[in-house]
Amino acid sequence: MNSLFNWIEQRTGAKKLLHEALFENVPGGARWRYVWGSTLVFCFTVQVITGLFLWVAYSPGSQTAWESVYFIQHQMTGGWFLRGIHHFTAQAMTVLLLLHLLQVVIDGAYKAPREINYWTGVLLLVLVLALSLTGYLLPWDQKGFWASKVATNIAAITPVIGPALQQIVVGGSDYGHHTLTRFFALHAGIIPGLIIAFIGLHVYLFRKHGLTAKEPRRKRDEPFWPRQVMCDAVACLAVLAVVLVLVIRGHGAPLGAPADPSEQFSAARPEWYFLFLFQFLKYFPGGTEVWGAIVIPTVLLLMVGALPLLGRWNFGHRFNLGFLGAMLAGVALLTWLAVSEDGRKPEYVAAVKAADFEAERVLALAQAPSGIPTAGAVTLLRSDPLVQGPKLFVRNCASCHRYDGNDSMGGQPKDKQTASDLKGFASREWLAGLLDPAKVDTANYFGASKHKDGEMVKWVKKNIPTFAAGDKEQLRQALVALSAGAGLKAQKESDARDAGIITAGAKILPGHDVGCIECHTIMGQSDGGEGPDLTGFGSRQWLTAFISNPKHESFYGAHNDRMPAFGADGRLTADEIGLIADWLRGDWYVAP
Amino acid sequence: MNPKDSPAQPERREFITKACALTAGVVAVAVPAAAGLFVLLDPLGRKGGAGEPVRVASLEAIPEDGVPRKFSVLATRVDAWNRTPNVPVGAVYLRRAAGGAVQAFNVVCPHAGCFVDYVDDAKHYLCPCHNSTFEADGRIKDPKSPSPRGLDELETEVREGAVWVKFRNYRAGEKDKLPA
Repeated sequence: MNSLFNWIEQRTGAKKLLHEALFENVPGGARWRYVWGSTLVFCFTVQVITGLFLWVAYSPGSQTAWESVYFIQHQMTGGWFLRGIHHFTAQAMTVLLLLHLLQVVIDGAYKAPREINYWTGVLLLVLVLALSLTGYLLPWDQKGFWASKVATNIAAITPVIGPALQQIVVGGSDYGHHTLTRFFALHAGIIPGLIIAFIGLHVYLFRKHGLTAKEPRRKRDEPFWPRQVMCDAVACLAVLAVVLVLVIRGHGAPLGAPADPSEQFSAARPEWYFLFLFQFLKYFPGGTEVWGAIVIPTVLLLMVGALPLLGRWNFGHRFNLGFLGAMLAGVALLTWLAVSEDGRKPEYVAAVKAADFEAERVLALAQAPSGIPTAGAVTLLRSDPLVQGPKLFVRNCASCHRYDGNDSMGGQPKDKQTASDLKGFASREWLAGLLDPAKVDTANYFGASKHKDGEMVKWVKKNIPTFAAGDKEQLRQALVALSAGAGLKAQKESDARDAGIITAGAKILPGHDVGCIECHTIMGQSDGGEGPDLTGFGSRQWLTAFISNPKHESFYGAHNDRMPAFGADGRLTADEIGLIADWLRGDWYVAP
Repeated sequence: MNPKDSPAQPERREFITKACALTAGVVAVAVPAAAGLFVLLDPLGRKGGAGEPVRVASLEAIPEDGVPRKFSVLATRVDAWNRTPNVPVGAVYLRRAAGGAVQAFNVVCPHAGCFVDYVDDAKHYLCPCHNSTFEADGRIKDPKSPSPRGLDELETEVREGAVWVKFRNYRAGEKDKLPA
């Protein structure tokens, strides 16, 4: 065994190298305060290890990036854990970088002859921040997408080179496949390569000048191994423990809904350690953003770089401490302002809630038996009635109609309600309300429209109160049959249970016993009245045809009260009308 | 300062420090590495299951004289996160065996996975990669063929004039027909 070691040693000098690495002198003995640099090397190592394994499963491309990250997070064994470590170690690294910088400045370790080493450290800080900036986009979720868009638009206001720089980074004039391939190359290749080179230089220079001992020295000098190594290793383990707690608490890293360039995303925010810059930009009115986004941050960074030069003056070190303290206080204040301002903004809180809902929903759809189509997971959300229905309702219907008393997303439209409340449309309860003399002329049915004085309201108010018990029973059966014709998912069980009533009701409905066909056409039966055709009332076919053109003679015809012909007038596509109809009918995918 | 100059620590304490340093260091690196390995080895837990029978062709489309004809197999393709219904997932040769039963062979050569061709003149299948030859009924023709086994026969069923095949792939290079 020994001869083998000797053989290797003679050819590589590995033992000598190891000896040099381990027996570096620690002036004043091992101390906990020297661990920060090592924890950073550790974090970077963790990022390289986890990053390489994530690379194995990641697919940069606008139809595959989110999907592959989803697959890592939710399908691959231990994927969420791996991704979680990568995500939270990145955050830990930012915190540790700050601590390391503070320690170096407080201990005066930036002073001659260590200036160049300090500058390599500042460069490493910038590179690590660039690493998080590029990594934020890679999952291609709404948050990363919109936050990165803001970041690259800011880059574009850099004087002279800005627009070209943006196009190079984005890989064109708009975000797409090449944005991902470029961000990925930067994130997994170029920036880590530079970091490795600069860590090499940083450690070399650190070794050349030795550790800056904290005075007074408490003990005698000792070698790096084993006590300082133990302190470093325990500190690294502690960092890992914190990371693991965060990973397990959040079940990995968050993944929002897939990026959709056509979908507003008001919850876009950068990663928390960039929030101060985000907040800072708010104070620069149009035309002056370049000061807030480029000039001032660059000047501050140059100041941080200039600390070794400033430190040569008599009061230089104190000035540096004051400057760094003030800057960090400013950063902390801006971060706090950003967070508290968001917390007080109801629009932001609602946007975050909506974003969470879509993230959860797309997960259910991706895990459905139909899986993710090759066009990408974003199409799952675009074709989902549960997600699109309320959005379309707010934009197109809520200025007249209501849904459960609001605009269907919890808001109150500015316009007064002038048409029915469509929650539970065509259900037994909804129809029972329509046929209730006390309710039919309320705003939730015809009360706010010109139909308030129409035939239907008159008929209900005049006739229903005179119905004998037998008539009422017949009406109930007809109502159950009419509602069953809608084929609502929510009534599937009760419709199956009441098959007998439905058969009886279906016979009553087109007859003269309950009087519907005095005005309406049902199954081709009619007394020639002008009320809407109730054949298939509330079914998908009926509802889409109605929304497309309520002025059609089989619906309201000339009696239509202000409702636009959404399909016939080209206001909405057939798909959009289908989504509204499906949503109103409660027909969307439900995970088992 | 030479480490040898430092006063000798009690050996036991020194040993504990060294053990702690090593253990903490190893654990700290092993955790992320192990998480990565789990993800790397994830494919081992995934099996390409045998598909449901799919309709491949009408019975009439298969020559009555026993000459095989190639057909695409359309089924749901599952590719990691994507599910795409009704797309080509492979191809089969269909032929009528003696007695009229329908035989189906996966077109993939069991040697190394190339697609075999049926050569009409020679009345055999020929693999364009390493020249394995197979009889029309799938058995190895030339005993010097590199293929370790005959073409992989698939389960078929005739329903209402159409041929349904339970399509699946088998591991190449093995003497026995093992599911891929």
